[in-house]
Amino acid sequence: MTRSKTERYLFIAGVVVALFFGPMAVSNAMHIMEGYLPLGYCVLWGAVCVPFFIAGLFSIKRTVTQHRKTLILLVMMGAYVFVLSALKIPSVTGSSSHPTGTGLGAVLFGPASMCVIGVIVLLFQALLLAHGGLTTLGANTFSMAIAGPFLAYGVFLVCKKLHAPKSLGIFLAACLGDLFTYCITAVQLAMAHPSPVGGFTASLAEFMGIFAVTQIPLAVIEGLVAVVVMKALESYAKPELTELGYLGV
Amino acid sequence: MTKNMKIVIICLVLAALIAVVPLLFIHDSEFGGADGAAEEAIAAIDPDYEAWADPLIEPPGGETESLLFCLQAALGGGVFGFGMGYLICRKKYSKKEQE
Repeated sequence: MTRSKTERYLFIAGVVVALFFGPMAVSNAMHIMEGYLPLGYCVLWGAVCVPFFIAGLFSIKRTVTQHRKTLILLVMMGAYVFVLSALKIPSVTGSSSHPTGTGLGAVLFGPASMCVIGVIVLLFQALLLAHGGLTTLGANTFSMAIAGPFLAYGVFLVCKKLHAPKSLGIFLAACLGDLFTYCITAVQLAMAHPSPVGGFTASLAEFMGIFAVTQIPLAVIEGLVAVVVMKALESYAKPELTELGYLGV
Repeated sequence: MTKNMKIVIICLVLAALIAVVPLLFIHDSEFGGADGAAEEAIAAIDPDYEAWADPLIEPPGGETESLLFCLQAALGGGVFGFGMGYLICRKKYSKKEQE
């Protein structure tokens, strides 16, 4: 067996990635900044998130009671979001942004669960890191923890229907879910700050240029990393993945 | 090397390349956050808009902020690694799988 070798390769690869990304954690990036959405929009997005959050709580409760065995995977998916959303990666536009990491968990546990996990991460960043914000928590939750995961889940289901290889489905789900998150961020900002000249569309083009274009290479990175994680889980967490319906039946 | 290993290595190398290439080819940029760029865009679109809330606690500088971001990544990495280690060893030591 190549298992110990596999472990060593994975470990070395992990160290390499850490060395690449570790020194880059500088400056602000991502999420709508505290105070940059008018109150009305803060309330609106917050309200939109509530039903999803509640559905997420029930979904996690179901996981805990009915599929207790898979709890470790849920915790790992949460940890994965923590790691990815701390990595601010330079992009082709000359600014940095970070991936979301919510797509992978959505594929395994359904998009609602990721709403709760996303809120935890966003709260951590808003309270301790002055990154994102409490007033914009609702808007950021909607983009990162609802819109992204739901799109990712949808993409994965479509790929499954088309009998595409699992890795391709995972890649597309994580990648497009990530990209979609930042498209939504751009839409949210454009709605709140329509340009006096071109209105909503002009603002949207502006914010899309800032968020979505920056995000394209990062979305590809997130897709690739998601495939790596799934490959590892497919070899070591077969029982859990079968119980979740990802493998087998 | 198994087929999976090859896929894993190719994915990681590609991911690292995509992150490093902008650093090599764009020199006149500090790679500031895209949300900073958005703040400037808002100021350009709507010069009268003022941020009406401030973060409750703001790290005093880049060093403290990077500490907290490292902490976030370390927490996540630690928990994820623990889970992975558990799963790997479970497979390694379970007799069923070894036959």
